[in-house]
Amino acid sequence: MAVTQHPRTLDDLPHGGFGVGTGGGQGGRSSGAAGRKRRRHESMSTWRWGDRIAYVLCWAAGLSLCLIAVAIVGYMAVKGVQYLKPELLWSHPSGEVDQSKSGGFLDPILGTILLTIIGIAIATPIAVAAAIWVVEYGRPAPLARAVESGIEVVAGTPDIVLAIFGLALFQHGLFGWMSFTAEGGAVFGRSFLTAGAMMSLIALPMVFGATREGLQSIPRHVREASYGLGKTKIATIRRVLLPAVRPNISTGAALGMGRIAGDTAIVVILLGATLRLESEGSIPGLDVLKGTGSTLTSYVYNNSPAGEGAAPEKAYAAAFVLLLLVVALNFAVDLIARRGAKTGLEGTRLGAGR
Amino acid sequence: MLTRLRQPWSDRRAELTLGALACAVLLVIVLMVVFVANEAWPTFKHNGLSWLGPGGNVDEQINNMVNSGANAPAEDYHVRAWPLVWGTILTTGMAVVFGLIFSVLAAIFIVEFAPDRLRSVIVPVVRLLAAVPSVIYGLIGILVLVPFVGNHIINQGDKESVQFIVQLTGASLLVSVVILTIMIVPIMIAIIVDALYAVPRGWKEGAVALGVNRWRAMWTVSVRAARPAIIAASVLACARALGEAIMLSMVSGSVGFAPNPFDGPRLFLLEPLRPLASTIVEDSEALQTPAVRSMVYAFALLLLFSSLFLSLAGFLAKQPMKKYGVRI
Repeated sequence: MAVTQHPRTLDDLPHGGFGVGTGGGQGGRSSGAAGRKRRRHESMSTWRWGDRIAYVLCWAAGLSLCLIAVAIVGYMAVKGVQYLKPELLWSHPSGEVDQSKSGGFLDPILGTILLTIIGIAIATPIAVAAAIWVVEYGRPAPLARAVESGIEVVAGTPDIVLAIFGLALFQHGLFGWMSFTAEGGAVFGRSFLTAGAMMSLIALPMVFGATREGLQSIPRHVREASYGLGKTKIATIRRVLLPAVRPNISTGAALGMGRIAGDTAIVVILLGATLRLESEGSIPGLDVLKGTGSTLTSYVYNNSPAGEGAAPEKAYAAAFVLLLLVVALNFAVDLIARRGAKTGLEGTRLGAGR
Repeated sequence: MLTRLRQPWSDRRAELTLGALACAVLLVIVLMVVFVANEAWPTFKHNGLSWLGPGGNVDEQINNMVNSGANAPAEDYHVRAWPLVWGTILTTGMAVVFGLIFSVLAAIFIVEFAPDRLRSVIVPVVRLLAAVPSVIYGLIGILVLVPFVGNHIINQGDKESVQFIVQLTGASLLVSVVILTIMIVPIMIAIIVDALYAVPRGWKEGAVALGVNRWRAMWTVSVRAARPAIIAASVLACARALGEAIMLSMVSGSVGFAPNPFDGPRLFLLEPLRPLASTIVEDSEALQTPAVRSMVYAFALLLLFSSLFLSLAGFLAKQPMKKYGVRI
């Protein structure tokens, strides 16, 4: 609080008004807390011209960032509201040329939801297991480091490469049960299952990263207290650590779901991008998973002038729904993070609270 | 079986199970390289490494492949993909250079100059921009920016000057780079902002105590200290830009043409192109033709190795930041 008592003297110094407590330190990031209302009235008259230009450029960069975001979201919202009719949401699409008959995008919406669920359902257990192993066990150390950088490599691999790899992998006879198999034994390789499996690779790094951060922020003495009560390591993980990192896992999963819902390349190549959900086989439930379909992203792509559909109104409407979905997931991330902080599940608070 | 599962796991078993799941990730990477390389082999067999070089019209060569059928003769594997490689290099390189300048300035703004209230708006804005799906960027590009460039920036003289080589429609290098820059900037800003916050406060205060102004302190001390993170950010953004397929296939014009810098900067920016990743998406319909399939996988192999290399470079670039305790 020494800071708030001295501003006048500091500001009176020729250049020094900046010094104490500025730059936000570690905690200043998103907190517009009342304690740091101190304005810095440093005069720019002593600045060199180059510095003044740089200062203006910084403002320009920051403001144009906001402007771009507002422009994109605003434009999509205007176009979306203009073209989105309620019946588009619950009518099946069909391949008519006449746009008044080509239906809505119920199937793509279902496809997006289904694919997101499959992807995150595969990604979360693997990512959480990997994070726990890396942080809590991590032996042999070189292997743990290899896993960590391996996940980084997966995160850096373009989705298009993942898609094309998935096609090569799942067209192998071994994976015939996952998709349509033709008469001669050729495996089609395109289905919700195969696309979901590859989508999980997109979400995996996000869940892994979030879980790892959470585990690392739990102080050592929490674990030691648990060992002291006679719990084994795995019991500690299940009963103490996993509940504590649950908000982190949810954050990572929500981020990953956003990535899955927004991905196009894997859908175009691995889901077949058929307009409707085409079931395959006769077992109810599995037939949809083995079948092909489309998602909102591939629907937008195919209805834009780049695809064959060329129905911009529908593309705008579907893109608006997609944007809402992604923004909602993003919002969920904030909510989870805030709730996690409030209930004291953040590592240090957990240690202090018990 | 179920009762056995419900019993508490022994530590040993848990460690092995979790470790096996973790190592499955490594297995996936190995499988990825093996499968893609295996499928790409015919292209390398017939062309050597010279398929990366220039020669002939790449779109015609791809058409030949599509029409070659199931038993393609050796000469149908002939491809010289330089225009596509050049398109990838151009879009990625230019977007990363512009994105780097922009995101360093924006990160300095967020960390140092932004009023608290604006800062609390701009951070979610960056996250939002990072979350917008690429297909939406592509849609805005193809329905707004491309017609705008086509109608207002390209004039008749431009079209006539290159009409025997390529058609100018507005889908161009310019639009591609602009949108790609917007797409990669949020990632870079996030990393750079984290790094700038992590620079010890005393360093900057020392500079201020010596009488420099806020911008100088930021530029000469914080940004310099955060250099590894800035390099890491560019490398990661590079990997992202390299693999961007859908957006670029929508706005780049999808012509296997190498924009020529000697046409003058204006025409150069207005010429269409098609990067490797977009070629993969667009030729994915013809994958049952062995020649096309092998070529597409060869492109994927090139992208895969580039991104592996970039991941490694990013990892190395981040090492110096670890000593401040920053995890990116």
